[in-house]
Amino acid sequence: MTSVSDTDAMSWSKDEPAKVRVPWHQRLQPANLLWLFLAGILVVLIIAPMWTLVVSSFTDAKTGGWTLHNYVEAYGKERHITALTNTLKMGAAVVVLKLLFGVPLAWACTRTDMPGRNFVRYSVFGAFIMPPYLAGVGWILLAGPNTGWINKIWHSLTGATEPLVNVFSFGGLVLVTAIGGFFLVFVLVSSAFEMINSEMEDAANILGAGPFKTAMKVTFPLVMPAIIGAALLSFLGAIALYGVPALISIPARYPVVVIQLTEFFSFPLRLEVAAAYSIPLLLITAALLGLQKLILRRKGYVAVSGKGGERRIVKLGRWRWMLFAYCMIVVSLAVIMPLFVLLLAAFSQSWTTGFSLDNFTLSNFHYVLFEHSSSQKALIGSVGLGIAAATVAIVLALFIAYIVQRKLLPFSGVLAFLAVSPYVVPGIVLAIGFYAAYALPPVALYGTYMILALAFITRFLPIAFTTSSAGVRSIHPEMEEAVRILGGGRTTAIRHVVGPLLKRTLAGGWLLIFVPAAQELSTAIFLVGPTTRVVSVVLLDLSEEGELEKLAALGSLLLIIIVAVVALGMRYLGRDFMLRRS
Amino acid sequence: MDGLVLRKLGRRFGAVDAVLDFDLQIKPGEFVSLLGPSGCGKTTTLRMIAGFIDPTSGSIELDGKILSAPSGSVPPEKRGMSMIFQSYAIWPNMTVAENVAFGLNLRKLPADEVKKRVGAVLETVRMSHLADRYPAELSGGQQQRVALARAVVIRPAVLLLDEPLSNLDANLREEMRFEIKRMHDEFKITSVYVTHDQGEAMVTSDRIAVMNNGRLEQIDTPYALYSRPKTRFVASFIGRTNFLSGNRGNSMIDFAGFSVPLGMIGEEVTGGGPITVSIRPQAMKLSATEIAKDKAINLPGSVKQSSFLGETWDYVFQSRDGGLQFRVAAPPADVFPVGAPAWLQIDPAQIVPIAD
Repeated sequence: MTSVSDTDAMSWSKDEPAKVRVPWHQRLQPANLLWLFLAGILVVLIIAPMWTLVVSSFTDAKTGGWTLHNYVEAYGKERHITALTNTLKMGAAVVVLKLLFGVPLAWACTRTDMPGRNFVRYSVFGAFIMPPYLAGVGWILLAGPNTGWINKIWHSLTGATEPLVNVFSFGGLVLVTAIGGFFLVFVLVSSAFEMINSEMEDAANILGAGPFKTAMKVTFPLVMPAIIGAALLSFLGAIALYGVPALISIPARYPVVVIQLTEFFSFPLRLEVAAAYSIPLLLITAALLGLQKLILRRKGYVAVSGKGGERRIVKLGRWRWMLFAYCMIVVSLAVIMPLFVLLLAAFSQSWTTGFSLDNFTLSNFHYVLFEHSSSQKALIGSVGLGIAAATVAIVLALFIAYIVQRKLLPFSGVLAFLAVSPYVVPGIVLAIGFYAAYALPPVALYGTYMILALAFITRFLPIAFTTSSAGVRSIHPEMEEAVRILGGGRTTAIRHVVGPLLKRTLAGGWLLIFVPAAQELSTAIFLVGPTTRVVSVVLLDLSEEGELEKLAALGSLLLIIIVAVVALGMRYLGRDFMLRRS
Repeated sequence: MDGLVLRKLGRRFGAVDAVLDFDLQIKPGEFVSLLGPSGCGKTTTLRMIAGFIDPTSGSIELDGKILSAPSGSVPPEKRGMSMIFQSYAIWPNMTVAENVAFGLNLRKLPADEVKKRVGAVLETVRMSHLADRYPAELSGGQQQRVALARAVVIRPAVLLLDEPLSNLDANLREEMRFEIKRMHDEFKITSVYVTHDQGEAMVTSDRIAVMNNGRLEQIDTPYALYSRPKTRFVASFIGRTNFLSGNRGNSMIDFAGFSVPLGMIGEEVTGGGPITVSIRPQAMKLSATEIAKDKAINLPGSVKQSSFLGETWDYVFQSRDGGLQFRVAAPPADVFPVGAPAWLQIDPAQIVPIAD
């Protein structure tokens, strides 16, 4: 009898393990609910705006029905097509120039004994801090066809009446766009150079290749993937940039896509047509980033992954001063010259008069701080939005990165994909999506800071996610398991261990978002309301009014605030935190 | 029942059973090691006990309460256990004292009680003078002591140790083995220790569970495991051994060249036909001449190879009749040149029949 009941008991427990239950309240963890909440946020930030963008491009504005008419209207005019091809041409030219600027500087600063490497590095860093539209204004002051500094000096030296240089041209557009973005090329290519094992170069040397031949045959091919990646990103950055074309392409009579988009957005508002017209920008971006992935995967350069051995510095001999001169030309064009004339104009009654004591004034600063209707508010708004966007994006990204890295949810890969997906959305396209989704009733966020903040958070979520994700990956999971086995939940582990350990990484990521967010223009342009201005938009208004001195003063104030925040960050995080690849 | 009980425990990853039908009962206060090669499922088992992995079959109980089952598990933080990790997992953002106090603070103990207990446990692991250091300023052995203190200070229901010594150098490892043993003797915490090092397992454990391919091969005291291995895997994983194939007759087991009466074998042999036995190198003795002795087996042959290991000689002996090769351990003074004729004496009580 006993043996029979034993067998029964065994087969029972084997067939119905579900009978062995743990009380539900012991399984409940608050983190589970948090994860659902995060997924909801990502839907609001990313899926809803992009979905609305695509849907509204197929929607009839009057009837609300399905139509292709928006596409007909968007691409029916020759002018609109020209803007598209112009944009691609401009983008290609900008890539060439950015590479000519960024790659030699990166090599010089990381692999050679060129003098003044740190000076060049910090100047390039300055190019990151200076928003492209301010560099653009600087170049209008320098190379305006009649009153620009360069032309005036040229006239007085030669007596000529024709301008030497004209910023309002295809060349001007390309140059100004390139100097605003070659920072990224520099950072990406620098870190690739820093990861090359010198033994690879030694191998070429020992076989009889000189320094130049080694550089051309070994070093550069090894950093090629980084250069290709930087080129693609440069192209995407150039075609989506709004500020510089807004200043230059209209007077230069060189229409580009972003300007055409603002035309659809001006009176009468044709949101659906704008949506249709922005789709190619989105598709080009997605396609190029896909292409980059494909190229990098096929090449499989193992050499550039991981720190390999010690790096040797190339001795340039007498070429070192040549290279230094080239670097100085680049940083002068990009930072020193435009910054100098900008500051000069900010302290001048009239920027065309030039450098004299009579011309000195502080009234421009007084005007933008206390007299102008919206610039003071815009300063507070820009800094506030920068702080809010950086903080929220980092916190959100940290939680998502944590879930993804620790594989807490079966579909965590989807969260990661969503968090980095705004990367393929140009800022101006994102703005149209947010406008379509949230500006109008029933949500009716138009004219609030909320819609700006949401759009900024979305725009910078990819940076926040990559930073957080790398940070979480660097923390051994056992650090948290030790918390849990001692009786702390996941949230305790995050608060007491993960958070404190990530402080520096997160602060670095925060600054990497704050700086561009406080300057952001293209995402803001369609989302600002009559009472919710940001500095970048006010600067453009001032430029349309021709108030270049006041513009320069406001721009300088924005720069001072950003530099102060960055300087604080450097004190806390170490000098090179932004030159590292995030 | 009291203690930690694993019942038919199993964990499947995809199509692979990392752990299968694992049964184990650990008495309160007992120290049990899970020993096996990497990939045998020992860490998976430990992490299931901790609650970091849910089982796909079977259950884990502690003092009669179910902790883990396929339908759901108590999360690690509600199990009242503690664990020492392979990487130590000492939090670098906290001092030694803060690390040790963490678990006590989570239990909301009064501050003076926390202080008292932290002081006492740091005294026990001889780390009092380093209480205010940060982990980055400690050596590996010191970090290990902090991990130990942090784990035992909360007086856990079960202490789990995941290869805690694998990152230490040989001398320190030896020292820490005894440290862990000493802590266990002092606090009498039910402990589960995962290791692939049989020496560690033997020093620290009351019983050792040998695992292979996700299954329990044998669980026994260290001595029983060594002297009476039940399977070929256990016999070869714990120490070195000689395997001999034989055939069981009515009253004798026949090996190539010699036979042993069944009554002389240390264990009862059931069933007939082919049989495998294990004979440890230490169960045999080499001599230059035949020593006639009752209840011993004497085989003529010669020494084929020799290596000197310091504490012992490791000889390979080949029997004349049947050509069997044996590895034999001999004390340093017993020197036999290679090629020399010799006699091998086997203690039949130490011949252990094993399952293949």
